[in-house]
Amino acid sequence: MNYWESLLLMRSELGLLAVILLLIIFEIFSNKKQKGSLVTVAIVLFAIHTVIGFLPLAEGKIFGDMFRTQPLLHFFKGTLNVGVLILLLQSSDWLKKEIVDQNKATEFFILLFSSLIGMYFMISSGNFLMFYIGLELATLPVTALVAYETYKRISAEAGVKFILSSALASGTALLGVSFLYATTGTIYFDAMAEVLTVSNLSVLGFIFFFSGLAFKISLAPFHFWTADVYEGAPISVASFLSVISKGAAVMILMIILFTAMRPLIEVWGKVIYMVAIATMFIGNLFALRQQNMKRFLAFSSVAQAGFILLGFLSDDQLGYTTIVYFVAVYIFSNLGAFGVVQAISSATGKENIDDYEGLYRTNPKLSLLMMLALFSLAGIPPLAGFFGKFFLYAAAASKGYYVLVFIAVVNATISLYYYLIVVRAIFLRKSDDAIPFFKSSVNMKLGLALAALGILIAGVYSPLYNYIFSISSSFLN
Amino acid sequence: MDILSLFVVVPIITVIVLGFAKDLKQSRIIALVGSLVQFAMSINLIFAYLKERSVNTDIMVFVKDLTWFETFNIHYTIGVDAISVVMIVLTAVIVLAGVFISWAVDDLPKEFFISLIILSTGVFGFFISIDLFTMFVFYEIAVIPMYLLIGIWGSGPREFSAMKLTLMLMGASAVLSVGIFGIYFNSNAGGGPLTFNILDIAQVDIPLAAQKLFYPLTFIGFAVLGALFPFHTWSPSGHASAPTAVSMLHAGVLMKLGGYGVFRVAMYLLPEGAIIWSDFFLILAAIGVVYGAMGAIMQKDLKYINAYASVSHLGLVLFALLMFNKTAWNGAIIQSLSHGLLTAMFFALIGMVYGRTHTRDISKLGGIMKILPFIGAVYVITGLAYLGLPGFSGFVAEMNIFVGAFQHEDTFHRILTIMAVSSIVVTAVYILRMVGKIMMGPLSNEEYKDLPKATWYEKTGLVLLMIPVVIIGVMPFGLGEMLKESIQPFLERLL
Repeated sequence: MNYWESLLLMRSELGLLAVILLLIIFEIFSNKKQKGSLVTVAIVLFAIHTVIGFLPLAEGKIFGDMFRTQPLLHFFKGTLNVGVLILLLQSSDWLKKEIVDQNKATEFFILLFSSLIGMYFMISSGNFLMFYIGLELATLPVTALVAYETYKRISAEAGVKFILSSALASGTALLGVSFLYATTGTIYFDAMAEVLTVSNLSVLGFIFFFSGLAFKISLAPFHFWTADVYEGAPISVASFLSVISKGAAVMILMIILFTAMRPLIEVWGKVIYMVAIATMFIGNLFALRQQNMKRFLAFSSVAQAGFILLGFLSDDQLGYTTIVYFVAVYIFSNLGAFGVVQAISSATGKENIDDYEGLYRTNPKLSLLMMLALFSLAGIPPLAGFFGKFFLYAAAASKGYYVLVFIAVVNATISLYYYLIVVRAIFLRKSDDAIPFFKSSVNMKLGLALAALGILIAGVYSPLYNYIFSISSSFLN
Repeated sequence: MDILSLFVVVPIITVIVLGFAKDLKQSRIIALVGSLVQFAMSINLIFAYLKERSVNTDIMVFVKDLTWFETFNIHYTIGVDAISVVMIVLTAVIVLAGVFISWAVDDLPKEFFISLIILSTGVFGFFISIDLFTMFVFYEIAVIPMYLLIGIWGSGPREFSAMKLTLMLMGASAVLSVGIFGIYFNSNAGGGPLTFNILDIAQVDIPLAAQKLFYPLTFIGFAVLGALFPFHTWSPSGHASAPTAVSMLHAGVLMKLGGYGVFRVAMYLLPEGAIIWSDFFLILAAIGVVYGAMGAIMQKDLKYINAYASVSHLGLVLFALLMFNKTAWNGAIIQSLSHGLLTAMFFALIGMVYGRTHTRDISKLGGIMKILPFIGAVYVITGLAYLGLPGFSGFVAEMNIFVGAFQHEDTFHRILTIMAVSSIVVTAVYILRMVGKIMMGPLSNEEYKDLPKATWYEKTGLVLLMIPVVIIGVMPFGLGEMLKESIQPFLERLL
């Protein structure tokens, strides 16, 4: 393989870099009036990047196994792209306002796309150094994004909270990695898997490493930043954190646990088991009493992360197919919910569940989408979320974890309660000062329609799952 | 398109077309056409089934199999035997009657009919499935529209009742899903692949330990929907708050999913577990029978009376299923049908009375028969059929159940049977008291003199339900003959 061919394996990363550069060039050569079209240009460029991303890519390793790509990883990057594309479409109104009114420029896109490149590198990494660089690149730009609405105190506060907790998390993860390096003498995943044994130091290394990533995925008891940051951050950034960033972190956690730390499976299996139970319960019980939609979705996403952990207990093809599938499905469901919140917030500025009372009678389409998204998150057939959850349960049950599955289904019922609270406000209640009818922009409609399409189709249409299963057969071998 | 898939496709098409409806008139016409087509299809299905049965001796006929999720060996497998055929006919009749009864729904009519038809899609799908996964999917599809149906169009504490009902039923289905996983991951005990197919699993002897563990989960998962004591509490409040057509569909059809699932999934697939746990659940079922009847006596609200009566009568279905003999099982199926039709009629009648007088309190009602002769007469007939008067379906069902139950000679079964039989007397008490109070006697309120007579659509709905009640009552042998062959596989598997 020559130099250029090997660089082609980094097609996604280079492509996204090109998008960033083109945006900067566009900004330089555009006058103030044309600035408003920056959003459209960015969306079009990113859409092209997304489509190209679905072209097949060969399997391979470069830079001495620091960077690797496989069909499943490539597919996962494509899924993240779709998520980001939907997110950009949904936030275009808000962005246009921000860019024109606040005289901002491409920094939103540069930061967002840099973070995405960081995630690409993180999930493609073959050793802990690359992993760490990717992790930092994925995290730091998001801090600026969280504090993007500089004129809002709460946004800045969220930014500070986020940078402090993620710096601590990264540091903890790095400490764990250095312990692991101390016991094995290598930072390569594959090499570590061969020499790692259960010892006090290696277990300690795992615990630190896991805690660091648990921050990113917001697993209990490392979830405390989630609700505050989501509430303070702009909605599009909150949804980026809850779907894209969480999805990528789940993916790399899975890769590292299933490769480098496979010898410790006895240890991490127990940890995952307990953390899954704690996360589901804590996320669900806190979500019960939320009033603000963003905080509500924050805790719901904590609970969803607990469900994802069920898939980790099946450390075979079934496990990783199901996890990747669930993350894909979850992206659509959560973006559907966040999209409606975004649409309502940008039209009226209202974000509380009480404000949604009587929404169906004024805005039936938005209400229907919200119901679909929430039912999908709750796992009601025939929506995509049901299939995602059912297969996660199946993955755990295939290894005999029936008690855990039982706890999970109990939690699914609890979660149904609070999703129904929102449905109740929208459909059952009547209100005199309901949110009046409003029209969304074309971009917003497209973003919402894509999410709805995903929710309706990704489950029932079985070839998607079968495709993920087929490309995951060569994964991690 | 095969004859069975149409039962799922037609409602889906109806829902899509309903999406374009503009007002009440258009919505109800579309819903009516859709449910009429289903009704015609279900009548056709009886004859098609009898014809097919004479040449085909498989357990299930009209079987069709499509692979869905290859990884898990999940198939869209459909097929019917006599039990599912009669349940499908029951559903079609009640859905059609429900559309007639809701002819004048005023608030959000389009959404009402859409939810109603989605519910029926789930029910039809459930009855034609022979794949556990598909069955489970349809089961949940049937339950979730109840939340909106009760919550939006209900009365009284509708938000509370809707939430309670949805959470209890979805909680039960969550428990059921664990049971299904237990069955699925043990379905390779015979050396074959893991499968969700009920007929294939029925060929396998699942290990005893697994049966002991997963039978109660599967049983309870279904039986909550069949109002098993002490998990029946969603039923009275849910029925009391639900609008008329929803109560009809829910008590008439949806609760039958419980008994059907218990029989076809829990007992059929986990026979040894069923035997081990039978005494325990039999006690619960018998308590339910008596408790429901006693509860009904104490109520003053017409809907609560009927809801508790449903707990009692459906308890009888579970009671009969747990008797493990042919006569009792036959009775259980006929009881499901009979109760479905009669309770739907009762709820329809209560809806008509309530819609006119705006009260369901029996102490405030009286002498309605004089003002509303048609409704009054049907009310009396329904009441008599409900308490088991010969000539109607209720008698046939209860006769079969108790003859079957008396075939057990040990003291334990005798005591429980006598307890259950005593509920019939109690039933007579509350039905006669209710009918006598509200229909006969002097008119309780002078304002009731001007109550409007029954409309054509109300009459059509009632007559539609009455016909099968009489047919079953007068000619039970045709039905018994039809069910006999389909009960045979259960006998072979369980005894």
